[in-house]
Amino acid sequence: MDNERYQRQLILKGFGATAQQKLANASVLVVGAGGLGVPMLTYLNAMGVGRIGILDGDTVSFSNLHRQVLYVESDVGLSKVDVAKEKLSAQNSNTVLEGYNYFLTKDNALETIAQFDIVVDASDNFPTRYLVNDACVLLKKPFVYGALHAFEGQVSVFNYQKGPTYRCLFPNMPKPDEVPDCNENGVLGILPGIVGNLQALETIKLITGVGEVLSGQLALFDGLGTVLRKIRFSAIPENLQITALRDNYELECAVAPVTSVTALEFQELLELGNPQVIDVRTLSEYEGQRLSVARHIPLTELEQRKDEIDVKRPVYFLCQSGIRSAKGISLLASYFPKATLINVTGGMNQLRSYAATH
Amino acid sequence: MEVLLFGIAKDIVGASVLAMESFEKRPDTVKELKQELERSFPDFGKLSSLAIAVNSEYAEEGTQLRSGDEIAIIPPVSGG
Repeated sequence: MDNERYQRQLILKGFGATAQQKLANASVLVVGAGGLGVPMLTYLNAMGVGRIGILDGDTVSFSNLHRQVLYVESDVGLSKVDVAKEKLSAQNSNTVLEGYNYFLTKDNALETIAQFDIVVDASDNFPTRYLVNDACVLLKKPFVYGALHAFEGQVSVFNYQKGPTYRCLFPNMPKPDEVPDCNENGVLGILPGIVGNLQALETIKLITGVGEVLSGQLALFDGLGTVLRKIRFSAIPENLQITALRDNYELECAVAPVTSVTALEFQELLELGNPQVIDVRTLSEYEGQRLSVARHIPLTELEQRKDEIDVKRPVYFLCQSGIRSAKGISLLASYFPKATLINVTGGMNQLRSYAATH
Repeated sequence: MEVLLFGIAKDIVGASVLAMESFEKRPDTVKELKQELERSFPDFGKLSSLAIAVNSEYAEEGTQLRSGDEIAIIPPVSGG
Protein backbone atom coordinates (compact mmCIF):
# COMPACT_ATOMS: atom_id res chain seq x y z
CA MET A 1 0.00 0.00 0.00
CA ASP A 2 1.07 3.51 -0.83
CA ASN A 3 1.56 4.89 2.70
CA GLU A 4 2.42 8.43 1.73
CA ARG A 5 -0.56 8.81 -0.61
CA TYR A 6 -3.05 7.63 2.04
CA GLN A 7 -1.25 9.16 5.03
CA ARG A 8 -4.12 11.45 6.05
CA GLN A 9 -6.51 8.49 6.13
CA LEU A 10 -3.98 6.23 7.87
CA ILE A 11 -3.58 8.71 10.75
CA LEU A 12 -7.33 9.35 10.94
CA LYS A 13 -8.73 7.98 14.21
CA GLY A 14 -11.58 5.59 13.48
CA PHE A 15 -10.21 4.81 10.01
CA GLY A 16 -6.51 3.89 9.85
CA ALA A 17 -4.61 1.04 8.18
CA THR A 18 -7.33 -1.59 8.69
CA ALA A 19 -9.96 0.42 6.84
CA GLN A 20 -7.45 1.44 4.18
CA GLN A 21 -6.61 -2.21 3.54
CA LYS A 22 -10.32 -3.00 3.16
CA LEU A 23 -10.55 -0.31 0.47
CA ALA A 24 -7.59 -1.84 -1.34
CA ASN A 25 -9.25 -5.26 -1.28
CA ALA A 26 -12.66 -3.99 -2.44
CA SER A 27 -14.25 -3.92 -5.88
CA VAL A 28 -17.01 -1.51 -6.89
CA LEU A 29 -19.01 -1.30 -10.12
CA VAL A 30 -20.24 2.21 -10.96
CA VAL A 31 -23.24 2.02 -13.30
CA GLY A 32 -23.24 5.31 -15.22
CA ALA A 33 -20.25 7.63 -15.69
CA GLY A 34 -22.37 10.79 -15.79
CA GLY A 35 -23.40 13.39 -13.21
CA LEU A 36 -23.47 11.01 -10.25
CA GLY A 37 -20.82 8.64 -11.56
CA VAL A 38 -18.10 11.24 -12.01
CA PRO A 39 -17.72 12.35 -8.34
CA MET A 40 -18.20 8.75 -7.29
CA LEU A 41 -15.39 7.48 -9.55
CA THR A 42 -13.06 10.36 -8.76
CA TYR A 43 -13.21 9.90 -4.97
CA LEU A 44 -13.29 6.10 -4.84
CA ASN A 45 -10.25 6.10 -7.09
CA ALA A 46 -8.41 8.80 -5.13
CA MET A 47 -9.12 7.17 -1.77
CA GLY A 48 -7.73 3.78 -2.74
CA VAL A 49 -10.55 1.39 -3.73
CA GLY A 50 -8.61 -1.48 -5.33
CA ARG A 51 -10.76 -2.35 -8.34
CA ILE A 52 -13.35 -0.10 -10.00
CA GLY A 53 -15.69 -0.97 -12.88
CA ILE A 54 -16.93 1.89 -15.06
CA LEU A 55 -20.06 1.07 -17.06
CA ASP A 56 -21.56 3.49 -19.61
CA GLY A 57 -22.36 3.24 -23.31
CA ASP A 58 -22.57 6.99 -23.79
CA THR A 59 -20.20 9.57 -25.27
CA VAL A 60 -19.33 12.97 -23.79
CA SER A 61 -21.52 15.83 -25.05
CA PHE A 62 -21.30 19.60 -24.52
CA SER A 63 -24.44 19.57 -22.39
CA ASN A 64 -22.66 17.17 -19.95
CA LEU A 65 -19.78 19.53 -19.14
CA HIS A 66 -21.58 21.76 -16.60
CA ARG A 67 -21.97 18.84 -14.19
CA GLN A 68 -19.72 15.97 -15.31
CA VAL A 69 -16.51 17.70 -14.24
CA LEU A 70 -14.09 14.90 -15.14
CA TYR A 71 -14.62 15.69 -18.83
CA VAL A 72 -13.24 18.66 -20.79
CA GLU A 73 -14.20 20.27 -24.10
CA SER A 74 -11.78 18.19 -26.15
CA ASP A 75 -13.44 15.00 -24.83
CA VAL A 76 -16.77 15.80 -26.52
CA GLY A 77 -17.76 12.92 -28.82
CA LEU A 78 -15.43 10.42 -27.12
CA SER A 79 -16.55 7.40 -25.11
CA LYS A 80 -17.11 8.30 -21.45
CA VAL A 81 -15.63 5.00 -20.34
CA ASP A 82 -12.43 5.50 -22.35
CA VAL A 83 -11.95 9.10 -21.18
CA ALA A 84 -12.75 8.25 -17.55
CA LYS A 85 -10.32 5.30 -17.56
CA GLU A 86 -7.50 7.45 -18.88
CA LYS A 87 -8.07 10.26 -16.36
CA LEU A 88 -8.60 7.97 -13.40
CA SER A 89 -5.46 5.98 -14.14
CA ALA A 90 -3.49 9.26 -14.25
CA GLN A 91 -5.05 10.16 -10.89
CA ASN A 92 -4.17 6.83 -9.23
CA SER A 93 -2.17 4.26 -11.16
CA ASN A 94 -2.61 1.64 -8.42
CA THR A 95 -6.30 1.10 -9.17
CA VAL A 96 -7.40 -1.75 -11.41
CA LEU A 97 -9.90 -0.07 -13.74
CA GLU A 98 -12.34 -2.14 -15.79
CA GLY A 99 -14.24 -0.36 -18.56
CA TYR A 100 -17.60 -1.56 -19.87
CA ASN A 101 -18.47 0.44 -22.94
CA TYR A 102 -22.15 -0.43 -23.02
CA PHE A 103 -25.43 0.24 -21.23
CA LEU A 104 -26.71 -2.20 -18.62
CA THR A 105 -29.31 -4.56 -20.11
CA LYS A 106 -31.18 -7.63 -18.98
CA ASP A 107 -28.70 -9.71 -20.98
CA ASN A 108 -25.44 -8.35 -19.53
CA ALA A 109 -26.49 -7.22 -16.01
CA LEU A 110 -25.96 -10.43 -14.04
CA GLU A 111 -22.67 -11.34 -15.67
CA THR A 112 -21.20 -7.85 -15.16
CA ILE A 113 -22.46 -7.27 -11.62
CA ALA A 114 -21.32 -10.73 -10.46
CA GLN A 115 -17.70 -9.60 -10.83
CA PHE A 116 -17.94 -6.92 -8.10
CA ASP A 117 -18.58 -6.74 -4.34
CA ILE A 118 -20.64 -3.55 -4.39
CA VAL A 119 -22.68 -1.77 -7.06
CA VAL A 120 -23.35 1.94 -7.32
CA ASP A 121 -26.48 3.02 -9.18
CA ALA A 122 -25.38 6.26 -10.83
CA SER A 123 -27.72 5.83 -13.79
CA ASP A 124 -30.21 8.38 -15.10
CA ASN A 125 -33.33 6.37 -15.92
CA PHE A 126 -35.89 4.13 -14.25
CA PRO A 127 -35.43 0.97 -16.36
CA THR A 128 -31.73 0.82 -15.37
CA ARG A 129 -32.52 1.57 -11.71
CA TYR A 130 -35.05 -1.30 -11.49
CA LEU A 131 -32.68 -3.60 -13.38
CA VAL A 132 -29.78 -2.78 -11.00
CA ASN A 133 -32.09 -3.45 -8.06
CA ASP A 134 -33.34 -6.81 -9.31
CA ALA A 135 -29.90 -8.01 -10.43
CA CYS A 136 -28.35 -7.03 -7.08
CA VAL A 137 -31.13 -8.77 -5.14
CA LEU A 138 -30.62 -11.93 -7.21
CA LEU A 139 -26.84 -11.84 -6.74
CA LYS A 140 -27.10 -10.72 -3.07
CA LYS A 141 -24.96 -7.61 -3.63
CA PRO A 142 -25.56 -4.39 -1.72
CA PHE A 143 -26.01 -1.32 -3.88
CA VAL A 144 -25.73 2.37 -3.25
CA TYR A 145 -28.57 4.33 -4.78
CA GLY A 146 -28.60 8.01 -5.74
CA ALA A 147 -31.01 10.00 -7.92
CA LEU A 148 -31.81 13.63 -8.68
CA HIS A 149 -34.67 15.91 -9.50
CA ALA A 150 -33.98 19.61 -10.17
CA PHE A 151 -32.54 20.92 -6.85
CA GLU A 152 -33.11 17.72 -4.86
CA GLY A 153 -31.48 14.35 -4.44
CA GLN A 154 -32.17 10.94 -2.88
CA VAL A 155 -29.57 8.56 -1.44
CA SER A 156 -29.88 5.15 0.20
CA VAL A 157 -28.11 1.79 0.53
CA PHE A 158 -30.31 -1.06 -0.64
CA ASN A 159 -30.14 -4.83 -0.24
CA TYR A 160 -27.60 -4.60 2.59
CA GLN A 161 -27.73 -7.47 5.12
CA LYS A 162 -31.34 -8.34 4.21
CA GLY A 163 -32.32 -4.68 4.49
CA PRO A 164 -34.90 -3.06 2.20
CA THR A 165 -34.58 -2.72 -1.57
CA TYR A 166 -35.53 -0.05 -4.08
CA ARG A 167 -38.84 -1.84 -4.67
CA CYS A 168 -39.65 -1.61 -0.93
CA LEU A 169 -39.74 2.16 -1.39
CA PHE A 170 -41.11 2.38 -4.94
CA PRO A 171 -42.64 -0.99 -5.86
CA ASN A 172 -43.47 -0.29 -9.51
CA MET A 173 -41.58 1.41 -12.27
CA PRO A 174 -43.22 4.73 -13.21
CA LYS A 175 -44.67 5.01 -16.68
CA PRO A 176 -42.81 7.35 -19.04
CA ASP A 177 -45.25 10.22 -18.74
CA GLU A 178 -45.10 10.36 -14.94
CA VAL A 179 -41.71 11.66 -13.98
CA PRO A 180 -39.40 13.71 -16.20
CA ASP A 181 -35.64 13.05 -16.35
CA CYS A 182 -32.70 15.50 -16.37
CA ASN A 183 -32.85 15.75 -20.18
CA GLU A 184 -36.38 17.14 -19.98
CA ASN A 185 -36.38 18.75 -16.57
CA GLY A 186 -32.90 20.23 -16.20
CA VAL A 187 -30.48 19.89 -13.30
CA LEU A 188 -28.24 22.33 -11.41
CA GLY A 189 -24.60 21.40 -12.15
CA ILE A 190 -23.49 21.08 -8.52
CA LEU A 191 -26.40 18.82 -7.47
CA PRO A 192 -25.07 15.51 -8.85
CA GLY A 193 -21.71 16.50 -7.32
CA ILE A 194 -23.27 16.61 -3.86
CA VAL A 195 -25.49 13.55 -4.27
CA GLY A 196 -22.75 11.49 -5.98
CA ASN A 197 -20.37 12.34 -3.14
CA LEU A 198 -22.95 11.25 -0.55
CA GLN A 199 -23.14 7.96 -2.46
CA ALA A 200 -19.33 7.73 -2.43
CA LEU A 201 -19.32 8.26 1.35
CA GLU A 202 -21.88 5.47 1.79
CA THR A 203 -19.79 3.19 -0.41
CA ILE A 204 -16.68 3.85 1.71
CA LYS A 205 -18.65 3.12 4.91
CA LEU A 206 -20.08 -0.05 3.39
CA ILE A 207 -16.60 -1.32 2.48
CA THR A 208 -14.80 -0.38 5.69
CA GLY A 209 -17.54 -0.83 8.30
CA VAL A 210 -16.72 2.65 9.59
CA GLY A 211 -19.79 4.61 10.73
CA GLU A 212 -23.42 3.73 10.11
CA VAL A 213 -24.56 2.48 6.70
CA LEU A 214 -27.62 4.29 5.30
CA SER A 215 -29.65 1.07 5.07
CA GLY A 216 -33.40 1.21 5.78
CA GLN A 217 -33.22 4.97 5.49
CA LEU A 218 -33.75 7.31 2.57
CA ALA A 219 -31.77 10.55 2.72
CA LEU A 220 -33.49 13.45 0.96
CA PHE A 221 -31.24 16.38 0.13
CA ASP A 222 -32.93 19.71 -0.57
CA GLY A 223 -30.39 22.00 -2.20
CA LEU A 224 -32.56 25.11 -2.02
CA GLY A 225 -33.08 24.89 1.75
CA THR A 226 -29.73 23.10 2.39
CA VAL A 227 -31.58 20.45 4.40
CA LEU A 228 -30.83 16.72 4.67
CA ARG A 229 -33.82 14.72 5.93
CA LYS A 230 -33.91 11.01 6.59
CA ILE A 231 -36.96 8.76 6.23
CA ARG A 232 -36.93 5.30 7.81
CA PHE A 233 -38.51 2.38 5.95
CA SER A 234 -38.55 -1.42 6.25
CA ALA A 235 -37.92 -4.38 4.02
CA ILE A 236 -40.88 -6.11 2.37
CA PRO A 237 -39.76 -9.77 2.51
CA GLU A 238 -41.13 -10.81 -0.91
CA ASN A 239 -38.98 -8.16 -2.59
CA LEU A 240 -35.91 -10.05 -1.37
CA GLN A 241 -37.12 -13.36 -2.74
CA ILE A 242 -37.17 -12.77 -6.48
CA THR A 243 -35.82 -15.67 -8.51
CA ALA A 244 -35.20 -14.13 -11.95
CA LEU A 245 -35.02 -10.81 -13.77
CA ARG A 246 -38.23 -9.55 -15.38
CA ASP A 247 -38.73 -10.38 -19.06
CA ASN A 248 -38.39 -6.84 -20.24
CA TYR A 249 -37.47 -3.67 -18.38
CA GLU A 250 -38.32 -1.30 -21.23
CA LEU A 251 -41.81 -2.76 -21.75
CA GLU A 252 -42.80 -2.16 -18.17
CA CYS A 253 -42.09 1.46 -18.95
CA ALA A 254 -44.22 1.81 -22.07
CA VAL A 255 -47.46 3.80 -21.79
CA ALA A 256 -49.39 1.52 -24.10
CA PRO A 257 -48.25 -1.03 -26.65
CA VAL A 258 -46.92 0.86 -29.65
CA THR A 259 -45.66 -0.40 -33.00
CA SER A 260 -41.90 -0.27 -33.00
CA VAL A 261 -38.75 -1.05 -34.95
CA THR A 262 -35.34 -1.85 -33.53
CA ALA A 263 -32.51 0.61 -34.09
CA LEU A 264 -30.94 -1.89 -36.50
CA GLU A 265 -34.09 -2.24 -38.60
CA PHE A 266 -34.44 1.52 -38.60
CA GLN A 267 -30.87 1.94 -39.84
CA GLU A 268 -31.66 -0.37 -42.74
CA LEU A 269 -34.67 1.80 -43.58
CA LEU A 270 -32.46 4.86 -43.56
CA GLU A 271 -30.06 3.17 -45.97
CA LEU A 272 -32.90 2.21 -48.33
CA GLY A 273 -34.87 5.41 -48.55
CA ASN A 274 -36.04 8.58 -46.97
CA PRO A 275 -38.45 7.72 -44.14
CA GLN A 276 -40.41 10.40 -42.34
CA VAL A 277 -38.70 10.82 -38.96
CA ILE A 278 -39.84 13.06 -36.11
CA ASP A 279 -37.26 13.75 -33.39
CA VAL A 280 -39.16 14.65 -30.19
CA ARG A 281 -36.16 15.52 -28.01
CA THR A 282 -35.42 18.97 -26.63
CA LEU A 283 -33.79 21.56 -28.89
CA SER A 284 -30.40 21.26 -27.14
CA GLU A 285 -30.38 17.48 -27.50
CA TYR A 286 -31.33 17.79 -31.18
CA GLU A 287 -28.67 20.41 -31.83
CA GLY A 288 -26.09 18.23 -30.05
CA GLN A 289 -26.55 15.24 -32.34
CA ARG A 290 -29.18 14.47 -34.94
CA LEU A 291 -30.04 12.48 -38.02
CA SER A 292 -30.05 14.62 -41.15
CA VAL A 293 -33.39 13.12 -42.21
CA ALA A 294 -35.10 13.91 -38.88
CA ARG A 295 -37.53 16.74 -38.43
CA HIS A 296 -37.50 18.31 -34.97
CA ILE A 297 -40.78 18.71 -33.06
CA PRO A 298 -40.12 18.60 -29.29
CA LEU A 299 -42.51 16.46 -27.25
CA THR A 300 -43.90 19.54 -25.49
CA GLU A 301 -45.05 20.99 -28.85
CA LEU A 302 -46.12 17.76 -30.50
CA GLU A 303 -49.90 18.07 -30.03
CA GLN A 304 -49.94 21.71 -31.05
CA ARG A 305 -47.82 21.10 -34.18
CA LYS A 306 -49.33 17.75 -35.14
CA ASP A 307 -50.56 19.03 -38.51
CA GLU A 308 -46.97 19.45 -39.68
CA ILE A 309 -46.76 15.64 -39.84
CA ASP A 310 -47.81 13.82 -43.03
CA VAL A 311 -49.93 11.07 -41.52
CA LYS A 312 -50.66 9.51 -44.91
CA ARG A 313 -47.07 8.17 -44.84
CA PRO A 314 -45.59 6.05 -42.03
CA VAL A 315 -44.06 8.22 -39.30
CA TYR A 316 -41.05 7.10 -37.27
CA PHE A 317 -40.67 8.70 -33.82
CA LEU A 318 -37.24 9.11 -32.32
CA CYS A 319 -35.86 10.37 -28.97
CA GLN A 320 -32.76 9.63 -26.87
CA SER A 321 -33.76 6.25 -25.45
CA GLY A 322 -37.10 5.39 -27.07
CA ILE A 323 -39.30 6.34 -24.10
CA ARG A 324 -40.36 9.89 -24.94
CA SER A 325 -40.95 8.88 -28.57
CA ALA A 326 -43.34 6.15 -27.34
CA LYS A 327 -45.06 8.78 -25.24
CA GLY A 328 -45.31 11.01 -28.34
CA ILE A 329 -47.01 8.21 -30.25
CA SER A 330 -49.59 7.70 -27.52
CA LEU A 331 -50.27 11.46 -27.53
CA LEU A 332 -50.94 11.47 -31.28
CA ALA A 333 -52.66 8.09 -31.61
CA SER A 334 -56.05 9.50 -30.59
CA TYR A 335 -55.83 12.31 -33.18
CA PHE A 336 -54.78 10.00 -36.02
CA PRO A 337 -56.27 6.56 -35.36
CA LYS A 338 -55.53 5.38 -38.92
CA ALA A 339 -51.96 6.65 -39.14
CA THR A 340 -48.93 4.35 -38.99
CA LEU A 341 -46.91 5.69 -36.06
CA ILE A 342 -43.75 3.70 -35.31
CA ASN A 343 -41.38 3.97 -32.37
CA VAL A 344 -37.60 3.62 -32.79
CA THR A 345 -36.64 1.39 -29.85
CA GLY A 346 -33.53 2.50 -27.98
CA GLY A 347 -33.56 5.86 -29.78
CA MET A 348 -30.42 7.89 -30.43
CA ASN A 349 -28.48 5.89 -27.82
CA GLN A 350 -28.70 2.85 -30.06
CA LEU A 351 -28.22 4.83 -33.26
CA ARG A 352 -25.23 6.74 -32.00
CA SER A 353 -22.59 4.84 -33.90
CA TYR A 354 -24.65 5.20 -37.03
CA ALA A 355 -25.33 8.91 -36.52
CA ALA A 356 -21.64 9.61 -36.04
CA THR A 357 -20.88 8.42 -39.55
CA HIS A 358 -23.90 9.81 -41.44
CA MET B 1 -50.18 19.26 10.19
CA GLU B 2 -47.79 20.15 7.40
CA VAL B 3 -47.16 18.40 4.08
CA LEU B 4 -43.65 18.64 2.59
CA LEU B 5 -43.44 18.05 -1.14
CA PHE B 6 -40.51 16.54 -3.02
CA GLY B 7 -39.62 15.85 -6.65
CA ILE B 8 -42.47 15.94 -9.13
CA ALA B 9 -44.97 16.45 -6.24
CA LYS B 10 -43.46 19.89 -5.67
CA ASP B 11 -43.87 20.67 -9.38
CA ILE B 12 -47.48 19.44 -9.44
CA VAL B 13 -48.50 21.63 -6.49
CA GLY B 14 -46.21 24.52 -7.38
CA ALA B 15 -44.94 24.86 -3.79
CA SER B 16 -42.65 22.95 -1.43
CA VAL B 17 -45.10 22.94 1.50
CA LEU B 18 -48.85 22.39 1.47
CA ALA B 19 -51.07 23.47 4.36
CA MET B 20 -53.80 21.07 5.46
CA GLU B 21 -56.34 23.89 5.24
CA SER B 22 -56.06 23.70 1.45
CA PHE B 23 -58.10 20.47 1.49
CA GLU B 24 -61.92 20.43 1.59
CA LYS B 25 -61.85 17.73 4.23
CA ARG B 26 -58.98 17.10 6.64
CA PRO B 27 -57.68 13.58 5.89
CA ASP B 28 -57.57 11.13 8.81
CA THR B 29 -55.42 8.50 7.12
CA VAL B 30 -52.70 8.32 4.49
CA LYS B 31 -55.22 6.81 2.08
CA GLU B 32 -57.55 9.79 2.54
CA LEU B 33 -54.61 12.14 2.10
CA LYS B 34 -53.83 10.52 -1.26
CA GLN B 35 -57.49 10.90 -2.28
CA GLU B 36 -57.52 14.57 -1.27
CA LEU B 37 -54.28 15.20 -3.16
CA GLU B 38 -55.79 13.63 -6.29
CA ARG B 39 -58.99 15.64 -5.92
CA SER B 40 -57.13 18.94 -5.58
CA PHE B 41 -54.35 18.12 -8.04
CA PRO B 42 -55.47 15.49 -10.59
CA ASP B 43 -51.87 14.93 -11.80
CA PHE B 44 -51.22 12.95 -8.60
CA GLY B 45 -53.52 10.30 -10.06
CA LYS B 46 -50.89 9.56 -12.73
CA LEU B 47 -48.17 8.51 -10.25
CA SER B 48 -47.90 4.74 -9.91
CA SER B 49 -45.43 4.72 -7.00
CA LEU B 50 -45.63 7.44 -4.38
CA ALA B 51 -43.95 7.09 -0.99
CA ILE B 52 -45.50 8.95 1.93
CA ALA B 53 -43.69 9.43 5.24
CA VAL B 54 -45.30 10.50 8.50
CA ASN B 55 -42.92 11.90 11.11
CA SER B 56 -39.92 10.60 9.13
CA GLU B 57 -41.31 7.06 8.98
CA TYR B 58 -42.56 5.36 5.78
CA ALA B 59 -46.35 5.16 6.10
CA GLU B 60 -48.90 2.61 4.88
CA GLU B 61 -52.32 3.59 3.53
CA GLY B 62 -53.97 2.85 6.87
CA THR B 63 -51.58 5.02 8.91
CA GLN B 64 -53.57 7.52 11.01
CA LEU B 65 -52.79 11.22 10.69
CA ARG B 66 -52.82 13.48 13.75
CA SER B 67 -52.48 17.22 14.13
CA GLY B 68 -48.84 18.16 14.48
CA ASP B 69 -47.70 15.35 12.17
CA GLU B 70 -45.05 16.17 9.60
CA ILE B 71 -45.91 14.48 6.32
CA ALA B 72 -43.57 14.08 3.35
CA ILE B 73 -44.70 13.19 -0.18
CA ILE B 74 -41.82 11.45 -1.94
CA PRO B 75 -42.21 10.39 -5.58
CA PRO B 76 -39.43 8.43 -7.30
CA VAL B 77 -36.84 10.52 -9.15
CA SER B 78 -34.68 9.26 -11.99
CA GLY B 79 -32.09 11.91 -12.82
CA GLY B 80 -28.37 11.30 -12.63
